[in-house]
Amino acid sequence: MPEEFKAGCARPTGGPVGKEPAPAGKEETTVVKEDKKVMIQVGKKAPDFTAPAYHQGKFVNIQLSEYLGKWVLLCFYPGDFTFV
Amino acid sequence: MSIDSVFVHKMWNDHELSKMVKGGVPFPMLSDASGKVGTTYGIYDSDAGVETRGRFIIDPDGIVQGYEVLTPPVGRNVMESFRQVQAFQLVRASKGSEATPSGWKPGKMTLKPGPGLVGKVWETWKTSMAFDE
Repeated sequence: MPEEFKAGCARPTGGPVGKEPAPAGKEETTVVKEDKKVMIQVGKKAPDFTAPAYHQGKFVNIQLSEYLGKWVLLCFYPGDFTFV
Repeated sequence: MSIDSVFVHKMWNDHELSKMVKGGVPFPMLSDASGKVGTTYGIYDSDAGVETRGRFIIDPDGIVQGYEVLTPPVGRNVMESFRQVQAFQLVRASKGSEATPSGWKPGKMTLKPGPGLVGKVWETWKTSMAFDE
């Protein structure tokens, strides 16, 4: 079940789950390289993530992997008050 | 999911969408303020600072079965998404013994891939079946 959270002033954020943290100790010398953008591949695992959500009057935290066992349609769109 | 906060989602649902859909949006409206999830899925436009119209079909094992990405000005065809989910559900229920050819929708014939079908598709499947009548 998604966990409800209290709305505060800080903007709640989510993100990918299970990504390796950056290796420590080499910060001064390494140039920050952006990860190569790789498109999702069909037939491969959907990257797990958590994200805050508004659902039926409540603010809840959603994790994709909570939906294992169900079909999921994950839809992105440019912004609220536009069409979907 | 969009880069809007959950507060904006609430306002949009409560003041506009609930006037289109009785009871409001039935599914979670997700917030990806940092664009990190959209970046992971390859649909975040960092120049515009928004997510493009990406739509992913994820099966009960968490496997991506299909996706579609459109630039913002063109909206999706919801019925096509449903049709694809219905097709993937049929294939899954048949444990891969059936396939849904071009233009398939519920009620139309499926194909049973195998050595006997090679070179024989034309006998059962007609090009008119690719279109809605």
